[in-house]
Amino acid sequence: MLVATASQTIGPYWHLIEDVTWADLTRFGAKGNRIVLTGTVTDGAGTPVTDAAIEIWQTSPAASDIFPAFGRCRTDGTGSFRFTTLKPGPGNAPQAPHVAISIFARGLLKALMTRLYFQDEPLNETDPVLSMIEDAARRRTLIAQKVSAAAWHLDIRLQGENETVFMDI
Amino acid sequence: MPTETAPFRPIEAGSQPANDTPSYGSTHLRHPTRLALRIPQTVTETTGPRFTPARFSSTPDLSMTNGKQALGERIIVRGRVADEDNRPVPHTMIEIWQANAAGRYDHPDDRHDAPVDPHFRGGGRVFSDADGWYQFVTIKPGAYPWHNHRNAWRPNHIHYSLFGTGFGQRIITQMYFPGDPLLALDPIYHSVPGQAARERLIAAFDIDITAPDWALGYRFDFILRGRNATPTEQG
Repeated sequence: MLVATASQTIGPYWHLIEDVTWADLTRFGAKGNRIVLTGTVTDGAGTPVTDAAIEIWQTSPAASDIFPAFGRCRTDGTGSFRFTTLKPGPGNAPQAPHVAISIFARGLLKALMTRLYFQDEPLNETDPVLSMIEDAARRRTLIAQKVSAAAWHLDIRLQGENETVFMDI
Repeated sequence: MPTETAPFRPIEAGSQPANDTPSYGSTHLRHPTRLALRIPQTVTETTGPRFTPARFSSTPDLSMTNGKQALGERIIVRGRVADEDNRPVPHTMIEIWQANAAGRYDHPDDRHDAPVDPHFRGGGRVFSDADGWYQFVTIKPGAYPWHNHRNAWRPNHIHYSLFGTGFGQRIITQMYFPGDPLLALDPIYHSVPGQAARERLIAAFDIDITAPDWALGYRFDFILRGRNATPTEQG
């Protein structure tokens, strides 16, 4: 059996492959429940992480010719990212609606994997991944807060107080 | 035979770096301190995005910009994308980025006092073919200083990003060059604990890839995580 290639950091210059349109998953004309996902990334000192690549992948709605179901966005000078996508729906059941997140950055030798869930989804109570996290405060690090009718916000903390729950898959 | 939604096998011990790697200064405030939560792989983890050259154009020659040759040593990089069971990974996208021959990135944050080359941008992408083979042409990147420690220099390297067939296979890595004296001193290279795993990040000079009277050739294979034989539970 072969062994998978080792990961190395994305470094500070990954923007050479950046296409800023990738942050809009509806850019090919996908129709549906269009939402905005915003967030920030901060380090163990609370300093914004300004050179990260945030990637999202969702299986609901399913990927199609007009919906890549995948997006990438840089964190900007304030450590913020912003995606436009379609809201995950019942296609995730019995899991609660969610979006997978990968974080790459200088100082991260391999991706940090996590998930974004949505505030006020009844299935959050029984979601098999959320249910593995006993501490309610830790669980909350994965739940994006609704900031307007079609916008949710999640703060991601790489280290320290309120550190985001990262996943080993 | 693993199906395309079978879960990925666990990571081989020693084959991947830890995010807590003290010799690499940027890790200090960025590595999580809590143990990662091991979750069952669902369809979210076992499937992933698909990219096609029709929508994401292939750029297999980084050595030319607007019909003009970049400065430096032209090289050909060729290899195969396969999984841990040696099954080829066909039609998969490989993103590529690197410094120019002088060790300078065409990036506003790179302040190294080395020239930018107007004919070298340093970003591109290619796709593996039906048997998992890929190839591109570029300029051998130069070494450059960074401020990790006194007199710190990154070895020559090319960055890669691959998606494979599932989000759990996603990998970003760097390819190094054989015989580079800076490898022995580089904390990023040495973040990979296992010597064999580390050395697999070094390309091999290959006379059969070398094009006569034109460019040296290097071989570099990507191995993505293998899948279990049994499919994952749905949901």
